[in-house]
Amino acid sequence: MKRDRLIGAMLLVVALSAISGLALITVFIFREGVPIILRVGAGQFFLSTDWEPSLGHFGILSMLGGSLAVTLGAAVIGVVFSLGLAIVLTQFAPPGLAAALKPAIELLAGIPSVVYGFVGVVTLVPLIRHFLGGPGLSVLAASIVLGIMILPTITSVAIDALQAVPRSYAEGSVALGATRWQTVTMVLLRAARSGIVAAVILGMGRAIGETMAVIMVAGNALALPHSPLDPVRTLTSNIALEMGYASGDHRQALFATGVTLFVIITMLNTAALAVSRRRAGRRRV
Amino acid sequence: MRVSPATTQRVAVGFMWALAAMTFAVLVFILAFILAHGLPHVTWTFLTESPSSMGREGGIFPMILGTLLVAGLAVLVAAPIGVATAVYLTEYTREGRLTAVIRFGADCLAGVPSIIFGLFGFVFFAITLRMGLSVLSGSLTLALMVLPTIIRTSEEAIRAVPYAYREVSFGLGSTRWQTVIHVVLRSAVPGISTGIVLSLGRSISETAAVMLTAGSALRLPRSLFDSSRTLALHFYILAREGISMPNAYATASVLIIAILVLNLLSYWLMRRFVAKVGR
Repeated sequence: MKRDRLIGAMLLVVALSAISGLALITVFIFREGVPIILRVGAGQFFLSTDWEPSLGHFGILSMLGGSLAVTLGAAVIGVVFSLGLAIVLTQFAPPGLAAALKPAIELLAGIPSVVYGFVGVVTLVPLIRHFLGGPGLSVLAASIVLGIMILPTITSVAIDALQAVPRSYAEGSVALGATRWQTVTMVLLRAARSGIVAAVILGMGRAIGETMAVIMVAGNALALPHSPLDPVRTLTSNIALEMGYASGDHRQALFATGVTLFVIITMLNTAALAVSRRRAGRRRV
Repeated sequence: MRVSPATTQRVAVGFMWALAAMTFAVLVFILAFILAHGLPHVTWTFLTESPSSMGREGGIFPMILGTLLVAGLAVLVAAPIGVATAVYLTEYTREGRLTAVIRFGADCLAGVPSIIFGLFGFVFFAITLRMGLSVLSGSLTLALMVLPTIIRTSEEAIRAVPYAYREVSFGLGSTRWQTVIHVVLRSAVPGISTGIVLSLGRSISETAAVMLTAGSALRLPRSLFDSSRTLALHFYILAREGISMPNAYATASVLIIAILVLNLLSYWLMRRFVAKVGR
């Protein structure tokens, strides 16, 4: 018994490594990034579009705008497709087909982001340039590529949310004479609403954190976008593009870009957690 | 004019099916596109030779080795930690504030984007711990990145083991540890392996974090402290700098095939696990 307690204590120490890793990441990123924000001034850093590291100008507003535009675009595309998939797979597909399609969605999640970016550049970007104009490398291209990339995340969480709705709800609705589709829109989607919202927020977190695919298709221009066909640079691309040669203040400013990203993602994840917890609380009543 | 509910249903469900079909068309298109352009260039010499003139000529052998080293070591480090965490959460404690903190840590870690892991690995492993841009820095960074996946899948696998198994083991006089090792983990192995295989796939595909921690040296890594370029990063550099499109496609094909094999393996393991525990 004594030995068991010792083993338990040792396991606890190991079990704390995830939270310790998170703490280390937070400390080191903030320690590298926060001083430069204070030196430049938070107002200047967040609200200026002037990013000229060689002159000591560090304003990330165009990257914030770029990340926001691309993430919202990806969320719209991701939500439409994911909800469609989740509804088809849980409500309308024969069980055998649904079981066969789920590994395909997992495979979609497994494709490396560089591959997504590359396929986007050589197929989607020329199409956009040809049919819609502009440089092709654009908010639109990035939104489409990211929308596909976050689809597995949103779909799997949305499927869980739909499956968590008690069967009796749907049965009651059908018994009252509603069609299957009316049941989906009036009963299931409403009952699963908070789970679906959590899924969408999680997907947005994925999209805003994605790096390599966005670098390849978004065009990386340092300006606020005025149309979906404009090229943009995101927070993540800014870090990945410039870390290779940055030093001194410039490197710190890239860490500060990372701090900004980290804070945004933490807020999104907390929101997703809060939404899904509210759902859990309500169901217990 | 009022549209009847039956018509609405037909139109809406048709639209949903179209969306689903498009999703799978995209998946098939991506795979076919890469493989069709790349497979003809994947030859035995391409796989076994070193690159020359920045990857314009020659093969990808150092990148294959680098990828195996970085991803393999990452999983080798993360797997024992992840499984131990899962064992602690399921077998050695009751749900409480402590488990909530541990789960919170894992959940947050899972949400951290890979570029942040890259920044952290760069400043912590490469600079503060003086490991430099190396296989070791890269793999430790990736280990932290895949840890939440391994914790979660292991926990699910362990929880799926019927409680009766444990009762029988305790009834025969085993200690908790003996029960964990001989009964619980043994039954959960296929489920745990699924998580490990998925993590291996994620480590192989990862680019941003590896770029900032393992560097992009083209030569064969001779020790864990050597910089090494992984396949995913090599593909990115070849494609982005337009060094060689045939070699870029071929490298991507090798990556895609590795991912396909790992996904099939994890799918097979999962089915085995469900069949075993379900019985």
